[in-house]
Amino acid sequence: MPLDRIRNFSIIAHIDHGKSTLADRILELTHAVSSREMRAQLLDSMDLERERGITIKAQAVRVLWRDHQLNLIDTPGHVDFTYEVSRSLQACEGALLVVDAAQGIEAQTLANAYLALENNLEIIPVVNKIDLPQADPDGAAAQLAELLGVDAADVLRISAKTGQGVEDVLDAVVARIPAPSGEPDASARALIFDSSYDQYRGVVAFVRVVDGAFATREPLRAMALGTRFEAQELGFFAPAMRAAPTLAAGEVGYVITGLKDVSELRVGDTITSEHRSASEALPGYKDVKPMVFAGLFPTDSDAYPELRDALEKLKLNDAALMYEPETSNALGFGFRCGFLGLLHMEIVRERLEREFDLDLLVTAPNVAYRVKEKNGDWIEVHNPAEFPAEVEDVEEPYVRASIILPKEHVGAIMELNNERRGRFDHLEYLSTERVHLTYELPLAEIVLDYYDQLKSRSRGYASFDYDLVGFRPGELVRVDVLVGGEPVDALSLIVHREFAYTRGKMLVDKLREEIPRQMFDVAIQAAIGSRVIARETVKARRKDVLAKCYGGDITRKRKLIEKQKAGKKRMKQVGAVEVPQEAFLAVLNLGDTKQ
Amino acid sequence: MSGVRHLYVHLPFCARRCGYCDFVTSVGRESEHGRYVDALVAELALERDVLAPELETIFLGGGTPTFTQPDALARLLRALPPAEELTVEANPETMTPELAALLRDRGATRVSLGAQSFQPHLLQVLERRAQPDDVRRAFYRLRDANFDNVSLDLIYGIPGQSAADLERDLDHALALEPDHLSCYELEAKPGTRFTHTYGDELARQADALEGYFERVVERLTAAGYRWYETANFCRTGTRDFRARHNLAYWRGRDYLGLGTGAVSTLGDVRRRNLPGLARYVAALERGESPPRELEPLDAEVRARERVMLGLRLDEPLTVVGFERALDTAAVERLERLGLTTTAQGTLALTTRGRFLGGGVTAELLA
Repeated sequence: MPLDRIRNFSIIAHIDHGKSTLADRILELTHAVSSREMRAQLLDSMDLERERGITIKAQAVRVLWRDHQLNLIDTPGHVDFTYEVSRSLQACEGALLVVDAAQGIEAQTLANAYLALENNLEIIPVVNKIDLPQADPDGAAAQLAELLGVDAADVLRISAKTGQGVEDVLDAVVARIPAPSGEPDASARALIFDSSYDQYRGVVAFVRVVDGAFATREPLRAMALGTRFEAQELGFFAPAMRAAPTLAAGEVGYVITGLKDVSELRVGDTITSEHRSASEALPGYKDVKPMVFAGLFPTDSDAYPELRDALEKLKLNDAALMYEPETSNALGFGFRCGFLGLLHMEIVRERLEREFDLDLLVTAPNVAYRVKEKNGDWIEVHNPAEFPAEVEDVEEPYVRASIILPKEHVGAIMELNNERRGRFDHLEYLSTERVHLTYELPLAEIVLDYYDQLKSRSRGYASFDYDLVGFRPGELVRVDVLVGGEPVDALSLIVHREFAYTRGKMLVDKLREEIPRQMFDVAIQAAIGSRVIARETVKARRKDVLAKCYGGDITRKRKLIEKQKAGKKRMKQVGAVEVPQEAFLAVLNLGDTKQ
Repeated sequence: MSGVRHLYVHLPFCARRCGYCDFVTSVGRESEHGRYVDALVAELALERDVLAPELETIFLGGGTPTFTQPDALARLLRALPPAEELTVEANPETMTPELAALLRDRGATRVSLGAQSFQPHLLQVLERRAQPDDVRRAFYRLRDANFDNVSLDLIYGIPGQSAADLERDLDHALALEPDHLSCYELEAKPGTRFTHTYGDELARQADALEGYFERVVERLTAAGYRWYETANFCRTGTRDFRARHNLAYWRGRDYLGLGTGAVSTLGDVRRRNLPGLARYVAALERGESPPRELEPLDAEVRARERVMLGLRLDEPLTVVGFERALDTAAVERLERLGLTTTAQGTLALTTRGRFLGGGVTAELLA
């Protein structure tokens, strides 16, 4: 296909504004799939995505429309995956920015629009759901026009659900989005914008060909890593995988590499041909660094190898996931995992539990800290247990939070942000009713149920997005929890000095409720270094006997004792104290519901 | 298997069932007493070879053995082999002077009287028929019949029982100067009518009840009784008033059990006659053994039981031979906590260890 007949685009939208429905309608309209085989929201292939109504993995589908090849590159729809959205956008020349006619602009609409603008994409504003009774297409269109500096008349008005206006969308893609620029005759270069792992065929790279062309069986090379492989199969998604002899400049498709190790191919790298090798790689992506960390431990310590295998498999399709072995005196062997954000963590956890049938204990999430030690060295700490007892300086990651909400909830949300050590940045009226608030907040304050609080205090109306803005100094201390004088590493946490007492007290109180009485008094303490800030005692049991035992019920009594014994074996031993797994679970859950 | 020197005989009949009871009992079948006793005698004949010619102990338990028709009871007593100790369980309201004399004449050496409490409101909760005066009267009648070894059963931890109630019960019991006392904390077994009615109240009382066991031990030992088993106390002095039959259980001896629901432990097997009066009687009338369920006991299980039972006693347990059943690390840990002591191949619980005997045993077992 000549370059001028190709259009590469994405759909970007706030969650639930109808991105997936629009994609489905486009596939239907272009006969990529018949209505009969149409599953709703076809592009979201993982069960989990379907259930949560979000898209995790980017995919690219090729359709034909009025003699043009349109490549629709799907993007994830959540704040944690901004970075993946950005990657997908780099493979496009344009984007459909979809806004719900009843909701108007939301926080992710803004974030996505800025991303598209940064990538120099042509943006086609679309107001969706105009069929809804409460729809206000004019209001939404005015907001979009204002945001993008375009004429409100250029804003398309559609209902992806009924199909109304969707043909106009496709026509606008052809008419308004520029054809890809590239040199069909130059040395071949393709950007890897995503990858996936197939257990039979190895690593599959999703690519946007920029210059030249690739052919099946051609020897290829990833330029940054130097990995050599053969294009075992080339093709595109329609929406099922369809093999093609070549992929040419401007086109989007897949390359089956046969590589068995996902680390041999990196997203953002450039693939070139060994025969006609390009001299310069395409601009890649910046490395994404996980900012949220948590320990993952199998509830049954025998399941450690299964957890390790499961993480390896997940990592194949999730480059952002990081993990390293962690040993906890309370929870045994597990992994310290790094995530892009809380949702990413939730998704990984659910996939481990659902797809791999693992029972997991997840510690309270924490962020990455930069710590200057007494010797003057800066180190990065991902685990409270490794936080040095004596520090010179501590820095924690901050975000710029962007919140859009009805004006009547502004007070409540400002109060929330103040409680969370937020620094007010900016307030702007988007319309007479809606306000855009920006704040700088420590990321640590967001990983603790901030989103739930935001939703509950705004009655569900506030939308939220954030960007990391770097590390800032913080008055942070490590609070340890000691049971019977022994520190429980899994319960250590890093908090702002001001919150140390309240949090320590809460942990100690909760543990006192959860730890069963033992044969001796058990002290439960929270401490900063050697200074105890909260203390409770679980009093020793005074009696524990089987009332009577005669000839008729020796067997039953023996079984009772054996059951009691088995119960003890399931307990985690902290020093001499037996702590049931559930106690940790309860305390860790407490971590989700601060204050 | 032969030479067994301990015999248990189960007499399941009761005037009515008490709410908290979970023994095998049978209510309102006075006409069946004779046939049942005949069946017992027949089972004894079938098992006679298991027993030694002369026994150390026989225990008639129930149900309410003394509720059994006197003729039938007398016939049973006549059929039993000679034994050094013959204990009969009795309910106070059944103890007439005639019955006391009959028991004495027929060789009973010891009576265990189910007093449970001396306070009307608690007896009512337990659904006992006897009133406090019945208990005292029964006790005196036994003494009048020359029983010099009488035991009282008390229950504590009854719903609604205050600390003062407990003191009063102990006062009344001690005033009778029994030779032996068994004091049990009420067990509200899940699923029983009793638990259904009183479970919530017991849960609310749990904190208060926790100290009752300690108090019982304090009072009885102060009155000169020996706390020789978790729930059992005996008068001290020149004579040993411990329940010899029960000591046999706690020392891991073999015993034969006769009657519906009765359990025997014979070497490497434990067997239990299945409950159900009718099929028990029917089998024996056909000249067959009653239907039974068997549980094999390997050396390891017997060793564990030996530890579990032996640690209920106030005498050190000889661990030689049972080492496999013990978790050595736990033994050391518990000793450091002051709950056990070890000396020359024996293991004993300290006083605090005895109050926590169940948990300590669970921890000690390998």
